Amino acid sequence: MLANYGYKDGSGEYFVTIDTDKCTSCPHHGCIDGCPEHIYEMITDDYDDNVSAVRRDVRNTLKYLCAACKPTTGRGVLPCMAACTPGAITHSW
Amino acid sequence: MAEFWRWKEYNWKDPDKDWKTAKMITAGIDVGSVSSQAVIATDGELYAYSSMRTGSNSPDSARKALEWALQDTGMKQENIQYVVGTGYGRVNVPFANKAITEIACHARGANFMAGNSVRTILDMGGQDCKAIHCDEKGKVTNFLMNDKCAAGTGRGMEVIADLLAVPIEQVGELSFNVPEEPEPVSSTCVVFAKSEAMGLLKDGWTKSKVLAAYCLAMAKRVSELLERIGVEKEFFITGGIAKNAGVVKRLEQVIGISAVQSKYDSQLAGALGAALFGQALLQKEKAAGKVA
Repeated sequence: MLANYGYKDGSGEYFVTIDTDKCTSCPHHGCIDGCPEHIYEMITDDYDDNVSAVRRDVRNTLKYLCAACKPTTGRGVLPCMAACTPGAITHSW
Repeated sequence: MAEFWRWKEYNWKDPDKDWKTAKMITAGIDVGSVSSQAVIATDGELYAYSSMRTGSNSPDSARKALEWALQDTGMKQENIQYVVGTGYGRVNVPFANKAITEIACHARGANFMAGNSVRTILDMGGQDCKAIHCDEKGKVTNFLMNDKCAAGTGRGMEVIADLLAVPIEQVGELSFNVPEEPEPVSSTCVVFAKSEAMGLLKDGWTKSKVLAAYCLAMAKRVSELLERIGVEKEFFITGGIAKNAGVVKRLEQVIGISAVQSKYDSQLAGALGAALFGQALLQKEKAAGKVA
C-alpha cells in the first residue's frame, strides 16, 4: 500500500510516501537509522505486516524536519531514500 | 418537528442459517461519524447485521449496534469468537480484539460484496469520502481522502434534505424530476451550499431542481477525488450515499464508468470487511495454537 504521511498548507504539499509492500520484504529497515531526524518507526499494519511509518508526532512538521536534507542548491539523494534499499520511500517536495 | 434527515435504522438476520453449526463466528463493528453497523459472520458468510445512528458515546453505540444485530438470533456476545472494531470510533469498541482502519475494511468488504474484479472503491461516508484502490484480494494499494469539509458526504446531504423538508430516502428519486439538469450549486462547503440553495428557492426553483443541483455538485466534487487517484475498473461505491441514485447516476455520467451493483447493503461494507478480517485473524490464532 502507498501510505502517505504529511500535510498541505498555503505554501505547498509535504508528504512522505512509503510503499509498504516493499517494506515487508526488507530485512534491513535502514530507514530507521538512516534519517538524521529519526522520523521513521516500525509498526504492525492492518494486514499484520511489519512496515515502516512516519512517527505520528512529527507528521505535521515534516517541512521543517526534512529541510536540513533539502538544501536549495547541491541537493543529493536524501539520506532516508539512500538507506531504504527496496526504494520504498518518496518525498512529494 | 419532523426530522427529514433521519434515515431508518434496521437489523436483519439470515433465516436459513443456523449459527450453532458454525465453526467460526466473528463480528465487525463499524462506528462511523454518523452511523454504526454491526455485522456477524458465520464461517465467513453474512449471518446478521444492524445499522443505526452513532450517538455521542462511541462504546455505547458499538454495544447497542451489536445487541441489535444479535436480537432474535439466540446468539450471545460470548458466542462470538473474534471482534474487530473499525471506523472513526474503532479504538472505542470496548469488546474488540483488534482495531483496523475503515479503509482496509471497506476494501475487504467491497471485495466480498462486489467480487474480486473490483479495483476502485469510493466510500461515501457520513463525514468523509475516500477513494481506494485495491488488489484482487481486497488489499489496499493506495487511497485518497477528501479535504476538511462535509460537502460531498452523507452529512451534507442530510443538511439539504432537512432544509428542503424532503425525506432523505426520497432525495435521489426527486432529483430526477427536472426537465433539464441545472448548474451545480457550490461544492466547496456545506454551509455555502445551503445558503445558495435557500437563495435558489427564493428565486422560484423547485425542490427537485435544487436537489438536482446539489446531487450534481456532490458528484462533481467526489469525481475530482477519483480523478486524482484514477479510476480502474471495476468500480464500486460503498457507504450511505451509494443508496442515493441521484448522486450515483450523475457520478457515473461525470466519470463515464458505471458502478458495479451488489445484492448487499452498501452501508455494511466496513463492518462486513471487519468481520472478514476477524475470520482471518481467528484462523491465524487457531493455526498458531493461541485459541482452541
